[in-house]
Amino acid sequence: MMSGSSGRQRRGVTLAVLACAIAFPFLASGYHLYQGAQVLILAIALLGLNLLTGFNGQISLGHGAFFAIGGYGAAILTEKFGVAYWAAIPIASLVCFGAGFLFGFPALRFGGLYLALATFALAVATPQILSYKGFDAWTGGSQGVLLAKPHAPFGLLTADQWIYLVCLFCAAVLYWAARNLATGRIGRALIAIRDQPIAAETMGVNAALYKTTCFGVSALYAGVAGGLSAIAVGFVSPESFGLSLSLSFLVGIVVGGLASLGGVLFGALFIEFVPNLADQLSVNFGESAKALPGAIYGLLLILIMAAMPTGVAGALRFAARLAAAPGARSS
Amino acid sequence: MNEFLHQLASGLALGGVYAIMALALVMIYQATQLVNFAQGEMAMFSTYFAWKLMDSGWPYWRAFAATALISFVGGIVIERLVVRPFAKAPVLASVIVFIGLALIFNALAGWLYGYSVTSFDTPFSGRPWLGNVYMSAHESGAVAVSLCVLALVYAFFRFTPLGLAMRAAAQNPVSSRLVGIRVGWMLAMGWGLAAAIGSIAGMMAAPIVYLDPNMMAGILIYAFAGAVLGGIDNPFGAAFGGFAVGVLENLVGAYVVGAEVKLSVALAIIVAVLVWRPSGLFGRRLVARV
Repeated sequence: MMSGSSGRQRRGVTLAVLACAIAFPFLASGYHLYQGAQVLILAIALLGLNLLTGFNGQISLGHGAFFAIGGYGAAILTEKFGVAYWAAIPIASLVCFGAGFLFGFPALRFGGLYLALATFALAVATPQILSYKGFDAWTGGSQGVLLAKPHAPFGLLTADQWIYLVCLFCAAVLYWAARNLATGRIGRALIAIRDQPIAAETMGVNAALYKTTCFGVSALYAGVAGGLSAIAVGFVSPESFGLSLSLSFLVGIVVGGLASLGGVLFGALFIEFVPNLADQLSVNFGESAKALPGAIYGLLLILIMAAMPTGVAGALRFAARLAAAPGARSS
Repeated sequence: MNEFLHQLASGLALGGVYAIMALALVMIYQATQLVNFAQGEMAMFSTYFAWKLMDSGWPYWRAFAATALISFVGGIVIERLVVRPFAKAPVLASVIVFIGLALIFNALAGWLYGYSVTSFDTPFSGRPWLGNVYMSAHESGAVAVSLCVLALVYAFFRFTPLGLAMRAAAQNPVSSRLVGIRVGWMLAMGWGLAAAIGSIAGMMAAPIVYLDPNMMAGILIYAFAGAVLGGIDNPFGAAFGGFAVGVLENLVGAYVVGAEVKLSVALAIIVAVLVWRPSGLFGRRLVARV
């Protein structure tokens, strides 16, 4: 049970983070702003994956595919149908919800391992499907689709600032929604299905419905993130939605902390900046620096699972507990 | 018709690779009820090792044998160092660890050998075998090697005491321990065997798909599809599934969807099998005791 003081503490931290995030676009500019938007976008995708994997225990190695549907959906709607971006993203993410809901079905029959297999195959096949010739008229084949950047209303802000704030708005709303989902009755049902599936069913939890809906909601989050990413980058192409994207989502939630919603921010920062760091190192070390993110990701996945399964969020909680009550280590 | 037979034959050649890859997956699945997502990258790394040996002047078959042996030892070491600590962890933790292993091997290969695509030698060169005009010599050789591996694995598990002990350890670890089988070591041996078989799959695939750090991602999902199709707890079902997927992939790729979206065939097979027949063609229906 959460005590009153730690609940107040959490609210304080959340508000402080939000205040920093709102101040950020007026202090930073250019590329940093773009990176900030990317972090928020990744955080949204990680929220969705964490609801599915962290809370409900369903393993998805293919969330890049739903990210891609969101991205391509937004791109096609805005560029081929002239839909405004603020309408295109919700429509695209609803499509993702449907796709995720349907994909959750075959996996219901068996344990989580089969879902991992199927989603892994989905992640590997996604770039090929996106560049399929039959869809050329819509997806632009391997060329992808270019998007126009939206302008800020009334011309008060630059386009970069506006996109950042749109991402921040979506991230805040979706975080709030995820927190309400996860801490209420639905969250308890999701966790019960993860930990004790048979006991949960005997308590009257409709596991099949919860699992498929959870998959759908999770895909919806990935879809919003994909749509925002398409608008922020101004471009979608098959190569950017491959297996490595899906696996980096997995790395993000493991680093941030499984079943921790606040932790996704650390996960998002991590998977945004580690590849960047490798890019900078490649100036000195040449092509072999390309191997760096994969090596760091792989080592961290194993080390975190071995030593710190609750990720950065869990470590911080532990540290906060130690600081609050020194000496009382086993509470 | 000629074209059709040609597609069929080259499907069989890659199907052999998928079959032994699927066999490697099943071997670990039977003992631990887990699927090793790193199997493909381990095989890729072994293949690079073989390439390095040949590059430094070793003859093919000596490099082949050395690679299989080193992979066997490497598989045992990985099981002991990385997999063993997670033996009692939930499925999610194991899958994450396997993904971590896959990323490490991929990065290691890129760092040591670079990301450029390299060609890989084949011992089967020259004229097609037995007047078989539909297959290149390498394709015939790959099918022959796959069948040999299948036969050897069968003989090993059927006729040797060690094979019997490994089967026992996989099926009933508690009773096996009571009769003196060292169950932990049997698991490690399983990992070693799977790694060795995977390395052979890699060496047979590399002349066809060329050597690069990402060469096995596609092959691994075809092997998944084969294992799921044949029944993931049945080695011969999985091997059959591997051949079937190879042929299906090639025919569907050539005549239905086009070669550039062939990977979605594997996805479609996996999803279709899970929807209609989750235990696969030859698998046992799983019944859990509550």
